[in-house]
Amino acid sequence: MDAESIRLWATVGAIAIGTIFPAISIGWIGSSAVKSIGRNPEAASKVQTMAILAIAFAEAIAIYALVVALIVKFVA
Amino acid sequence: MEEISLKAQELFNIGGFGFTNSLALTLVASLVLICFSFVVSRRVRLVPGNLQSAVEMGMEYFLDLMESTLGSMAKAEKYFPLIATIFIFILTSNLLGILPGVGSLMFENHGGEVPFFRSPAADLNFTLAFAVISVLITNIIGMASVGIFKHLGKFFNFKGPIDFFIGILELISEAAKIISLSFRLFGNVFAGEVLLTIIFFLAPYFIPLPFMLLEIFVGLIQAFIFSMITLVSIALHTAEHEH
Repeated sequence: MDAESIRLWATVGAIAIGTIFPAISIGWIGSSAVKSIGRNPEAASKVQTMAILAIAFAEAIAIYALVVALIVKFVA
Repeated sequence: MEEISLKAQELFNIGGFGFTNSLALTLVASLVLICFSFVVSRRVRLVPGNLQSAVEMGMEYFLDLMESTLGSMAKAEKYFPLIATIFIFILTSNLLGILPGVGSLMFENHGGEVPFFRSPAADLNFTLAFAVISVLITNIIGMASVGIFKHLGKFFNFKGPIDFFIGILELISEAAKIISLSFRLFGNVFAGEVLLTIIFFLAPYFIPLPFMLLEIFVGLIQAFIFSMITLVSIALHTAEHEH
């Protein structure tokens, strides 16, 4: 395999594998948020703020994977 | 198809300083915000008109959100300028980056063509500057509020080996916060730009609509997330002694 095809595989692999766990964790956070709002509707806005914050943290990991994939493809 | 560049392209050189296309759109965003604030502050009346009511509604919503995180309205009003500026500036630059002309108006430069405007947050310098400012000011606010030695004592804690280790971890986590804040905003906005470039290349009529809606939504959420993370760090650093 030459360098060009390894680079292609590395780009695809980085983003494909790197988004598996963030996706699972975002689904998990969403599910617990929905359950806790269902259990206690009065705390809905607090739970919502915290859930959005936690989802953004989880999504940031997927973004790191994307940035690595972009660097591999376009810079080095 | 236009080439996708990770770095913001230079338009022209002033002395040794490269004036990039994302800097051009940052200037436009600043100009828009300054003009807007002039217009709103000029006509402040006791019985507000439509524009003033809208601005006041936004301010009240944000102040309520800050009060619920910080605990007291006095603290919320004290730190409101910083948090609201971060939110409004990032939001404006993200929304301006979706307008037509950004990424398509070309400029000739050393024999090649580069876009004249580029989304400001798609430049790592912009997001890194915001992240460094956010973390530095959060720590300075912490020092100003609980005292320099008490604040530094959270990081350099010599009461025992475990506490010392936790202090070093806190220090590393502050540095990691700079990296995570800058890369989160950069990755989201740059990926959105790349996505829009590719979609407009593949199917320019009607198909890009849901993607542009996604971009608007992502820009809003990322601005909100950046300011909320700064707010939560301020809340943590200025928390009075636990009971």
